[in-house]
Amino acid sequence: MRRLILGHTTEVTLLAVMIFLSIGLSFGTDRFLTVSNAFDVLNVSAVNIIFAVGLLVVLISGGIDISFAVAASVVQYVTVLVITALGGGNWALGFVIAGGVGISLGLVNAFLVHQLRIISIVATISTFNIFFGLLMFFTKGVSIYNLPDWLSNRVVLFEHEMPDGSWVELTLPVVVMVLCCFATWFLMSRTTIGRKLYAFGDNPEGARRFGINIGAMHAIAFGWLGLMAGIAGLMQAHYAQEVVPNALYGRELDVLAATVLGGARLGGGKGSVLGCVLGVLMVSITQNGLNLLGVSPFAFKMIVGAIILVAISLSSARFDKLLPQALKRAPAKGKQP
Amino acid sequence: MGTEPLLSLSNIKVTFGGVRALKGVSFEVMPGEVHCLAGENGCGKSTLIKVITGVYKPEDGAELRFDGKVIPAMTPTLAQSLGIQVIWQDLALFGEMSVAENIGFQLAVNGKFGLVDKKAIDAAALKALARLGVSLDIHRPLRELPIAQRQIVAIARALVGEARLVFMDEPTASLTQSEADYLIEIVRTLSASGVAVVFVSHRLAEVLEISDRITVLRDGALVGVYPVDGMTQSRVTELMTGRNFDSAVIAADHDAAPVVLSVRNLARTGEFTDISFDLRRGETLGITGLLGAGRTELALTLFGMRQPHGGEILIEGKRMEFGSNRDAIRAGVAYLSEDRLSLGLNQPQSIADNLVMASLDHILSNGLISPTKKANVVSHWISALGVKIGTPDDPIRTLSGGNQQRVAIAKWLAIGPKILILDAPTVGVDVGARAGIFDIVRKLAAEGLSIIIISDEPPEVYFNADRVIHMADGQFHASYDPRTISLTALEAAIYA
Repeated sequence: MRRLILGHTTEVTLLAVMIFLSIGLSFGTDRFLTVSNAFDVLNVSAVNIIFAVGLLVVLISGGIDISFAVAASVVQYVTVLVITALGGGNWALGFVIAGGVGISLGLVNAFLVHQLRIISIVATISTFNIFFGLLMFFTKGVSIYNLPDWLSNRVVLFEHEMPDGSWVELTLPVVVMVLCCFATWFLMSRTTIGRKLYAFGDNPEGARRFGINIGAMHAIAFGWLGLMAGIAGLMQAHYAQEVVPNALYGRELDVLAATVLGGARLGGGKGSVLGCVLGVLMVSITQNGLNLLGVSPFAFKMIVGAIILVAISLSSARFDKLLPQALKRAPAKGKQP
Repeated sequence: MGTEPLLSLSNIKVTFGGVRALKGVSFEVMPGEVHCLAGENGCGKSTLIKVITGVYKPEDGAELRFDGKVIPAMTPTLAQSLGIQVIWQDLALFGEMSVAENIGFQLAVNGKFGLVDKKAIDAAALKALARLGVSLDIHRPLRELPIAQRQIVAIARALVGEARLVFMDEPTASLTQSEADYLIEIVRTLSASGVAVVFVSHRLAEVLEISDRITVLRDGALVGVYPVDGMTQSRVTELMTGRNFDSAVIAADHDAAPVVLSVRNLARTGEFTDISFDLRRGETLGITGLLGAGRTELALTLFGMRQPHGGEILIEGKRMEFGSNRDAIRAGVAYLSEDRLSLGLNQPQSIADNLVMASLDHILSNGLISPTKKANVVSHWISALGVKIGTPDDPIRTLSGGNQQRVAIAKWLAIGPKILILDAPTVGVDVGARAGIFDIVRKLAAEGLSIIIISDEPPEVYFNADRVIHMADGQFHASYDPRTISLTALEAAIYA
């Protein structure tokens, strides 16, 4: 048990902060601590969690990606156009097209990073602009409101009326999110590919000496994020019941912050699916709580930013490393001749 | 030890871009022996290891036998399946993974159906550690382990691959003495269990202690294979360099010369206390002692990078209060850092830019850097110190360790210092090039520079300083005159 806690300090700290926050919020509002609100938070967070577990794989392999959210917008547009052209389509076709387009866009990043040796942050800032620029150019910024029925109708897999009259709903995006989390967890901790990705992110030269195929690692990492971005894009279109070209613009930074909050290291080699989920939920709970408290939405970003800073300082153990150093330094300065 | 060699190579020739890296070398390792591969940097040691592990192909006419069987074409995969493992100097371990995941990494990436069998990995890790007679918490992340234990993990990882022959490249370079001793015990255990070990090391004392036989290479050719019995360090050095370095004490009196640096009761809490000494013009002072004795801390204080908590520093009779090393540099103190590669030189920059880095004030013309003055300073010091370079515009990382160290010294000489502090000046420098560096130090002292040499290795200060101070636990333990004490007695006093 002790080892379990020590091995997962980030996750444990996040959980503790979340419980602390939830206790505070349940006293502050009547609605927060209800089953239906908990399901609301899950339904709202599903898309971001799908993005986050995809991004996690790229971060673990030592890369970073800024382009996945606008790539998801491209996926939404292309998918809707293609299925409309095909005469309507269905969920299966929707997933295949969205996943396929997502993977292709991810492989573009992998190609730039591996073949042209461009560092991933620069490569994906470029593709971020290219993807978004192409999308705005060809769509002229026009949204699609007329989605096929199967895509725009809400899919509720489970619903239940609570004694107090509120509804508990489990929607399709949440189920898809759970499947994506499971698949990513399985890939990263149970397969040899996952071990290789961790190793490559941790010590690229060491991994190379073991004969690990570096090109394949880049392709798998960015391809997996592409797949997740494609699925997330489809789920977001389904949730919003429309396709707006700039709906996901800016989402990449929210997801990145939540993923790093969940313990993924920007240098590679470290991170967990559980941490990722907790990181996104943490941000969602904060926003949900602020909403219920009636705080102005204009203050949200500021408060969420502050909460992320506090949680990261607590969980990265930097806090206790700062302390003795500061203590060491202080007398040295005081005693200067 | 068996009678048939485990590995035997003959007539190995390798050429890179017209340069013969190996000129028909032969090499032999017996089963279970500890064999040392010795030679200076660039003598072909690493090339030979890479031929044996299948990274490089030798030219026609070469013969490679393993376990009596001729291997017509070695490849990295074949080498691994034969049980040939290399432990690289940087270990190539994964910091965020656990000890078990590191040791069983080969199993993890080759799992059946692409899946990882955690139980099998844990079992293999425990088995490999048990074979080395070591117990480690296999679930701890590797990054929490001290460097010596990481070495153990790297060795255990080689054992999981059913190693029969392990190459260790400079395994003790970053270890303290007691950690190195521990590693040597592990190597003995390994060899006793029938695994042959080929040891590459610069520390000759260690090589002589651990090895059964030594193969010496020089300039890509085989010098010879020698049993360790009856070998001495100076004999190995001579074989490696082809030169005879007669070590003689150079100590002399400087009592008549004026005192340049005077240190009185200098102290820094938790680092050193009550340090007092005088350094005269043209005098060389050696400071030695075990790691952690406070040597580098003292040097950094003299160089103004740390402030003393007590005592005083006088230069030519004037009391100094260094707010930072800029003040110390202005007062004529130069400090050559211990870690040349990361702190002393800016590796991607050119030789010329590195050389003038500390003396930019001296080459200004109307407030801007004058290319003419810069070129003059650069060419003066390059010829004065005999640095071997292509052009001054080449990046400094293209130079050998010895030549880089010369540029680092020149960088400080260009400011015209009164006192030069050399902290571990020969780390990562070959035996031959070391002698060159100390020749320069003697010349500078003869010209009137006052020098402090700080070194881990007692012989270095014994043969190159006028006076040797033994530092222990932050204090000056004793002062010796090399003319009145033998090296053996000095070493006995330090390692006591």
